[in-house]
Parts: sequence; C-alpha cells; structure tokens
Amino acid sequence: MTTTTAKAPAATADRSAASDRSRTTARRRSGGSNENRIGWGFAAPFTILFGLFLVWPLLHGLYLSFTGQSLTGQGGELIGFANYVEAFGDGAMWRSMLNTFWFTLLSTVPLVVIALVLALLVNTGLPGQWLWRLSFFLPYLLASTVVSLFWIQLYSPTLGPINNVLATLGLPQPAWLQDPDTAMIAVVATTVWWTVGFNFLLYLAALQNIPDQQYEAASLDGAGRWRSLFSITIPQLGPTTGLIVILQVLASLKVFDQIYQMTNGGPAGTTRSTVQYIFESGFTGYRFGYSSAISYIFFAVIVVISIAQFSITARNRKGAQR
Amino acid sequence: MTAPAVAPTSDLRAPTADRGRRAGRASSPVRGGSGGHKPGQSRFGVTGVLSIIVLVVLAVLWLLPFLWSLATSFKSEADAAATPQTWLPAGGFTLQAYRAILEQGNIPTWLFNSLFTSIVITLIVVATSALVAYAFSRLDFRGKKWLYVATIASIIIPPQVLIVPLFYQMLAFDMVDTYWGIILPQAIAPAMVFVLKKFFDQVPIELEDAARVDGAGRIRVFFTILLPLSRPILGAVSIFVFIGAWNNFLWPFIVTNDASLLTLPVGLQTIKSAYGIQYAQNMAAAILAALPLILVFLFFQRQIIKGISTTGFGGQ
Repeated sequence: MTTTTAKAPAATADRSAASDRSRTTARRRSGGSNENRIGWGFAAPFTILFGLFLVWPLLHGLYLSFTGQSLTGQGGELIGFANYVEAFGDGAMWRSMLNTFWFTLLSTVPLVVIALVLALLVNTGLPGQWLWRLSFFLPYLLASTVVSLFWIQLYSPTLGPINNVLATLGLPQPAWLQDPDTAMIAVVATTVWWTVGFNFLLYLAALQNIPDQQYEAASLDGAGRWRSLFSITIPQLGPTTGLIVILQVLASLKVFDQIYQMTNGGPAGTTRSTVQYIFESGFTGYRFGYSSAISYIFFAVIVVISIAQFSITARNRKGAQR
Repeated sequence: MTAPAVAPTSDLRAPTADRGRRAGRASSPVRGGSGGHKPGQSRFGVTGVLSIIVLVVLAVLWLLPFLWSLATSFKSEADAAATPQTWLPAGGFTLQAYRAILEQGNIPTWLFNSLFTSIVITLIVVATSALVAYAFSRLDFRGKKWLYVATIASIIIPPQVLIVPLFYQMLAFDMVDTYWGIILPQAIAPAMVFVLKKFFDQVPIELEDAARVDGAGRIRVFFTILLPLSRPILGAVSIFVFIGAWNNFLWPFIVTNDASLLTLPVGLQTIKSAYGIQYAQNMAAAILAALPLILVFLFFQRQIIKGISTTGFGGQ
C-alpha cells in the first residue's frame, strides 16, 4: 500500500494530498448544521432533477417490466417474470441483440484505428492544421437526420455517386441499404464517417501530451520515426486507447438514430438494433411493460460489458506498471 | 530553430506566419522542429510526402459527402433525379429547392425550437452541475458520499433504456408536446458533474482560504473566486452539452408530435417521409439544418476542439 503510494506519479500524489487537505479544512471549518445546510443548498437543484428524471424512471421502469402495462393504460397489474420469460424466448429480441453486437464490432475497430491514423498524420506538423481538423470533425457536428439524408442519397442505387463510380470502374453496384448483405456495412461506413472526428480529437489531444524529451532521448539513441512510433507513441497512447475503446463500445451498443432513419431496421430486420426494438415494442406496439423488460435486459448487458472492459483496462494498466 | 531558415522578406509572409504559429505551440511534441530530427526531415522526407498525400486523400473523402449534398441542393428536382447524376446539372444551379423548403416548411420554427431547448438544457445542466460539483469538492454535508456514488454510478445508465418510464412520467406531468417535456429529461448530465468536480479539486484551496479569512461566505467564494477561474471548463462543458442537445433525436422524437414543437432533427425526419422523392429539397433542408452548428464551429473552433478534448473522457 505504502509502496504504491510512493511509486504513484507526482501529480496523483499532489491531488490526493490536496483532497486530504480540503477534507481536513472542511471538517475544521464545518459549523456542523450550517455547513450541512449550505452543502445541500448547493446540491439541491441537481439532486431534485436527478431524483425526478433519472432515479425515479429507473425504478419505475423496473416496476413496469413486471407488469403488462400498455400505453392505453390497461394491464397495469403485476404479472411476475412473464415479460422476461417472453423476452428470452423472443427471436426478434435476440436478433436485435446480435445485430447490435455485430454493429458494435464492425464500427468500433475502424472508429479507433482510423481515428488513430488520422491523429498521427495530422500531428506530424503539416501546414493547415485547422483545415484537417475541420474536415474530419465537421461531420460530428451534424444531426443524425442530416447525416441520414446525405447518405441515403449517396447510397441510392441509381442516383447515388457511389454506384456511379462503381459503374465507371465496371464493378458490381449493390443496392446498399436495400440489400441484406450490404445494409449493415453501409450503415457502419456512414457511422464511421460521422463520428470518427470525436475519437480523432481525443487522440490528437493525447498525442500532444507526450513529453518531448522521450522523442529526444529516442532519437539520440538513433531511433527513427517508425521506431519512435511503435516504441514511444503507441505505448504512450495505451491508456487513451483503452478509454476510447470503452467509450466507443458503449456508444455503439446504443445505436439507434442513423439506422432507424436510413433502413428502419431493414431489410428484413438485418439492421434492427436493440434500442429500436425497445422503441418499437413501447411506442408502436404500445407494450410498455414488455418494452421495459427488454430495456432492463439491455441495461444489464451494458453493465456487464462496462465492468468487463474496465477490469480488463485496469488489469492492463497494473500490468504495465509492474 | 526554424527562425534562421525563414528569410524576413515580404514574399515569404505566409510561411513565416505558419511556422511562427507552429513554433509557438511549444508543447506539441512531434511537430516540426521538435526532437532530434533534422528540421527538414519530418516535412520533406519520403514519409512526410506520403503523409501529405494520404491526408489529402482522406480529407477529400471526408468532405465529398458534404459537397455532393451541397451540389444536389442547388439542382432543380428534374436534374436531381436524372441519370446519370453529374456534379454540374444540365439545367444549371438554382435556388428552387431552398425557396420551396422555406415556403412550405416549418424550418424556421424548428430552428427556433432547437435553439431554445438546447440553450435552456445547457444553462440548466451547467448551473446545477457546477453547484453540486462545488459541494462535492469543497463542502461537507450529510449524505454527500452516497449522493456522489449514485451520481458517478448513474453515468453508466443509457438514456435509451429510460424512454418508456420517462414518457409515462411526461404523460403524468402533462408535459407531452411541451418544451418542458423536451427539456427536463435532458437536463441532467452526471458525467459533467464528474468533470467539474475534478476541475474544482485541482483549484488550490488557498485561493478560497484568503477570501474566507476576509469574511466571505461559501456562496460568495463560489461566485467571485471559483466561477471566474472555471470559465474555460464551463465553456467546454457548455459546448459539449449544447451539441448533444442540439443533435438529440430519440427523446424529442418520442415526446413531441405537434409540428410546431418539433426540433430540427425530428422535423427533418418528417420532411423526409413527406416528400420522399424530392431529392433536391431533401438536400436543401439538410444543408439548412446543418448550417447553424457549422457556423458556430467556424467561429469557436478552438474552444470547441479544446472542449471536446477536455470533456470527452469525462475529464481524463
């Protein structure tokens, strides 16, 4: 315990010292109930919203999942685990989960790798920094509906420029969003175009935090650019990559907007995500109870995946320190 | 290091400015002039030239969807539906699609709705998060630990799993098809509380102690000392929240039905289904909807990029 503290980087030590200090000063100063009152005064506005629009719906959703509640107000009585039993036997639910995982896998890899490559390229100090940032980050600022409108047009089998180019090259021209074999890939490509700029900026910020001295030392040792890249840059980006992967997986699992707008889950349900299934059970099937049960199953999946990811990253980091 | 290479003649003004700016960013590592590499190597070596080529290709690839949509929005409907499609339409460019969209559409109303709800959401989130983050960082009150743990734990909750109970709640509060119905469920951001708390933790407490010795109360210290110091991080949080609210689709889509209350992203979806085959109009509407945030970005580029980098990880 003491050794780890001693080994911890100076910054962490400082910070924990600061928080110790703040705690002791707070205790010394706290006039008991007065400090209590001020504290809650500061916390109250957030706590009220937090309780009303997060904690309460979370609990109410859990309750609803054990009822047969419908939008029309009928079926509010408890029906035990019936919704959960039905969900586990529901092929459409499993299908949507598989689609979601498939989308997550297909999108996370390019969203991390391309972001890293873009950041490395931009960070070599080429002129026109603002232009590169603008080009890659701009799509992130668009609403999902704008992105979908753009790409429905681009993917159009007859009018789309993508198939125009393929035709000129003499290549086959798939119907993209209407073809079960290509719809998912098309949606993933759109997503990469849309959101890669975010990860790109995170990588760029991390790259600029790598201390100069490391590169100087490496080049004194005769390491070339590629050598520096693989022995300094990429390892130094390790923690950043870990976090980007975690955030990206969580974001991809929640996919709904662009798929709903571009394919509406089709063709033949090949792109319907879990969030879309939750939405449809609740708001087109009017089955609030059932929709809540699927929400909770999905929530459980997200919690398990997050915990798994965090413990893997934590173990890696500990391994790296040793 | 680069200075001697740049002759102070006027015809070299552009490169001088560029290099000066680059050299000014002393903290950036791999950039030209850093490390032990010879100055020219990074820029004009084989790797450098290859990097430029790859970057240019990728940047063009990333901008093409915009440019194509922009071109289509200036075509007549007939040209936008002609095969094969060309960059330059046979009938020349026209503003027809924009005129049609602005005449029949609710785009100005939707624009206002988006702006209004996003600004109110941002104000509520920033104000409530800053207050509670200060309490977490500096004050001692009963139940603080529990509240903090609950707040951090709630970061993991996907808002999408709450849509059914939240809609139920909006029905009960009579907030379906109201601005408050759009705003309130989006007005909590536990991750931003975490970001701000971490920032406040790093502000030296001595700054406050001095003021408190002079008799200033907690509230005055917060407003006169901490808030002014936190302007950059508050800006970053605001930008982050604003972009999220502006682009949110699922919740406003669920809670609004009335065409006069739709936000821009939701309204666009109805346009798409209403005039499915009006390609030029679809593109004109999309471009109009994209414009405000792009303009905001062009004006506040530096702050936005910094904001994303500092809040993107929840402050890592």
